[in-house]
Amino acid sequence: MELTATDKIIINHLQGNFPLDESPWEAVAELTGIEIDTLIERIQTLQDEGYISRFGPLYDAQKMGGGLSLAAMQVDKSDYESVTEIVNQFEEVAHNYEREHKLNMWFVIATEKPEQVFEVIEKIETASGYSVYNMPKQKEYFLGLQLKV
Amino acid sequence: MQAQATLDTVNNDHQELDRRIIQATQAGLPITRHPYQLVAEQLNIKTSLLLERMKLMQDKGIIRRVGLIPNHYKLGYKANGMSVWNVDESIIDSLGEKIGAFEFVSHCYQRPRFLPEWPYNLFAMVHGFSRDEVYEKVAIIADSLGDQNHGHEVLFSKQILKKTGLRI
Repeated sequence: MELTATDKIIINHLQGNFPLDESPWEAVAELTGIEIDTLIERIQTLQDEGYISRFGPLYDAQKMGGGLSLAAMQVDKSDYESVTEIVNQFEEVAHNYEREHKLNMWFVIATEKPEQVFEVIEKIETASGYSVYNMPKQKEYFLGLQLKV
Repeated sequence: MQAQATLDTVNNDHQELDRRIIQATQAGLPITRHPYQLVAEQLNIKTSLLLERMKLMQDKGIIRRVGLIPNHYKLGYKANGMSVWNVDESIIDSLGEKIGAFEFVSHCYQRPRFLPEWPYNLFAMVHGFSRDEVYEKVAIIADSLGDQNHGHEVLFSKQILKKTGLRI
């Protein structure tokens, strides 16, 4: 599927402006100049086709009182698959990326309570035999970028 | 005493309600004409109460934003480079704000160093259609920092090993 001009308008305008209102679409239709039925149909299609991963509120895990951290490991090639399996089986591990660096595994840990981040890290270290570098954000320089298509 | 107890009960109720709201909406809203009404029905509460709680969560920053979350990769941003920078702690805030202001930087954070092997304390995520584009953008950042940059690297993602939404 190719993105239509309408799809691009929707993606460029709706990354953070969906109103918290009983009838939210009226304002979106006015903002974009696209009819409500079309908006709903296109957003559903964009989601079905994977162009948008989700439609709804984006929650901040830390403000919810939870723990959040970025962690990195330096894993040998020969152990990479088994360590991936160990790390991924923790439901507190939300994202995990292989990156091209000596530190070649980077994952996000999100927990219900802040102190649980350390427990998860300890468990991963014990289960994998590798040390985990814990790199929680100390400060955020936020921007609220809107991806342009 | 009793008034306080009542207030605590109310607060606990709201905490529990907010939790249910988060659980019902963190994977997304129904894409329908009246999405909040549908969620409210599912939670067995009034739509006005749902919206009141969500607005409050937005004011507190618990809800960052409401809208569509684009899939960078599918939209052509195939290259995602985590640029990491070694800068002086004393001026990190002004540099962080400077880097964050570039429209191609999607996140910018201060994080702890692990010396000697990891000297980088400022992280900026850069998205591009290609690695070359990411490198060009990283060069723009490097130019803007000048000699305040004591070294940087770009870590490209090679593979997504796991990706799930936030779950509570």
